[in-house]
Amino acid sequence: MDGFLASFKNNFIDDNRYMYLVEGLGTTLLVTAFAAILGILLGFLVAIIRSTYDKTGKMKIPNFICVIYLTVIRGTPSMVQLLIMYYVIFASAAVGKPLVAILSFGINSGAYVAEIVRSGIMSVDGGQFEAGRSLGFSYAQTMLYIIMPQAFKNVLPALANEFIVLLKETSICGYIGLMDLTRGGDIIRSRTYEAFMPLIAVALIYLALVMFLSAMVRKLEGRLRESER
Amino acid sequence: MSDKTTANAKTQSDVLFEIKDLCKDFGKGLVLDHISTTIKQGEVVVIIGPSGSGKSTFLRSLNLLEVPTSGHILFEGADITDKKLDIDAYRQKIGMVFQHFNLFPHMTILRNMTLAPVKLLHMDEKEAEALAMGYLERVGLADKAQAYPSQLSGGQKQRIAIVRALCMNPDVMLFDEPTSALDPEMVGEVLEVMRDLAAGGMTMLIVTHEMGFAKEVASRVMFLDEGKIVEDGTPEKLFEHPESDRLQSFLAKIL
Repeated sequence: MDGFLASFKNNFIDDNRYMYLVEGLGTTLLVTAFAAILGILLGFLVAIIRSTYDKTGKMKIPNFICVIYLTVIRGTPSMVQLLIMYYVIFASAAVGKPLVAILSFGINSGAYVAEIVRSGIMSVDGGQFEAGRSLGFSYAQTMLYIIMPQAFKNVLPALANEFIVLLKETSICGYIGLMDLTRGGDIIRSRTYEAFMPLIAVALIYLALVMFLSAMVRKLEGRLRESER
Repeated sequence: MSDKTTANAKTQSDVLFEIKDLCKDFGKGLVLDHISTTIKQGEVVVIIGPSGSGKSTFLRSLNLLEVPTSGHILFEGADITDKKLDIDAYRQKIGMVFQHFNLFPHMTILRNMTLAPVKLLHMDEKEAEALAMGYLERVGLADKAQAYPSQLSGGQKQRIAIVRALCMNPDVMLFDEPTSALDPEMVGEVLEVMRDLAAGGMTMLIVTHEMGFAKEVASRVMFLDEGKIVEDGTPEKLFEHPESDRLQSFLAKIL
């Protein structure tokens, strides 16, 4: 027990080393949150373009661009995308590392969100669309008021899962020298030459975050399911 | 002169739909084969015919849920097949009831009914609710205002679907096999609402297999077969004195 306490003190208390974890966690949450927002915006946009093309045959060129986007992003590892974003695209631009990470993860996540949302749109019964249009709603209004809320509900678990994956995926931020939670723990390890304490601590923090997110999603799902009681 | 203008205006507004050479081809031959007819205000037109005769396609063409391959549909004088025309504005005046109800499952019954009037007619939220409640009382479902569609029976859902369309104050109501997806004991309650509506002077076009209802409520019956109007006239004429072989054999099969 004394050994455990001594190790705990050495890794987290001495030299305020816990601050590596706190700051790292802050970066992880910042990158995840903004990447998620970007991913949702991109994902919904792409999903709407793709399903509009599927349903009406309109938006041929935007649809083509979307298909390329989906193919490239889903066909390459997110770590490679992050490295390219940092060392190639923003190589000569003075852009902060968090912003580079947000852009890279957001663009990556958008591709997965797009396919999730599109499957949700397609899962809504065609009669819903006809009912909306027959009342006089435009295509966009029908999407907004009638199709999207139902699609969103149908895909919520898959969407939540995507953001849990995103949270964990940001652990590669260290590769561009951005100190996220994982890198923070790793820095402690390199200072104290003890791997167990800092890495287990990092793992537990991720686990707690994921469990918290999952619980929130279950709550939201419950509220959205009200209409199915 | 003024008398003449009013008279002209009257005869013109009397005609709700003018359908000219309407054709629809899904790629396997004509489903609608040069249909021409006129629907006048206040008419209750029941469209009958064997399955695959094109009667649902015909009905769905009238609000452009099916886009005609060729031909023209004039609704209140405007050619709605004209691509430049804003069809959404005209659809607000054309109520439609579907076989599978198509209520919005994520909204309460009240919201199902007020959504379109509030968003499209810019009706005040309270005013729309009062309007909806009035209709709900008329169909005996006022206690379901806060319920969700999944909590209702099929007959109740269809009654809601009818009054949801009525909340837009349409000039005509289209019914696409409104009772075909219902359990037999629920058909009556839906027909009752439609009967009331017809008695109130609503212009209605109804695709149905309920021949008893057709005889009783229709002012005009249309028999469609192979995408053509084969016979068209009063219920007595079609049901008692069918002229064509096709209508005779159709009636023999179903009556």
